[in-house]
Amino acid sequence: MSEPASEMRAVIVEREIPHPPEKIWRALTQPQLIAEWLMQNDFEPTVGRHFNLRANWGVVDCQVLVVEANKTLSYTWDTMGLKSVVTWTLTPTGTGSRLRMEHAGFPMDRDFAFQGATAGWQRFLAALEQTVARIG
Amino acid sequence: MMPDRHDMLFRSLADPTRRAIFERLCRDGDQTVGALTARAGVSQPAVSKHLAVLKRAGLVRDRHEGRLTHYSAQLGALAPLVDWTSQMAGFWQSRFDRLEDLLKRMDQ
Repeated sequence: MSEPASEMRAVIVEREIPHPPEKIWRALTQPQLIAEWLMQNDFEPTVGRHFNLRANWGVVDCQVLVVEANKTLSYTWDTMGLKSVVTWTLTPTGTGSRLRMEHAGFPMDRDFAFQGATAGWQRFLAALEQTVARIG
Repeated sequence: MMPDRHDMLFRSLADPTRRAIFERLCRDGDQTVGALTARAGVSQPAVSKHLAVLKRAGLVRDRHEGRLTHYSAQLGALAPLVDWTSQMAGFWQSRFDRLEDLLKRMDQ
């Protein structure tokens, strides 16, 4: 038990996209559009609003943290016993936009492994069971 | 392709009875085969067999104390499964692809 208590990590994906920020913003914030590229949802761009994202492997509980139209969108992402935060940032470029997604707050320590093993893992592992059955 | 080590982990935990045994060890700490059998709903030889599989995958460790063997969960072995950063990076890359496809369709 000498591991550091909580080392946090983040996933960052950044792309130049040949579309204006206003249009990308719609895809990030309109439920029927979000459903087309992310997951089924009941999103609403209102700070404090709770919503969830639903996939066949489970549900992600979220709460809106930041809404700055065409610039920044941030929400919590709580699944499998792990709370994290997703932040979208849009910057206009000469030809479109730079879209940056930061998903932060992955503790990589034993406590998390333990928490996972005793909580959300059951759901994850049930899906895993089916996958393993398929791959034989 | 899934690396062998992952494969073994996945297969070890894919069995519901084995998973229940592992989860019990995670939740309640060290246990003997007897104690595990009392709550597993399968025979002691079956429990021993499951423990052997978990041990091969590095998920449990045994410790002999007199005539009894105590098993404990090795949470560190779960590390490959909890490598959220690499799992989520793949997830988000694919979602960016879908987002770009959607944006193209929105043009039309």
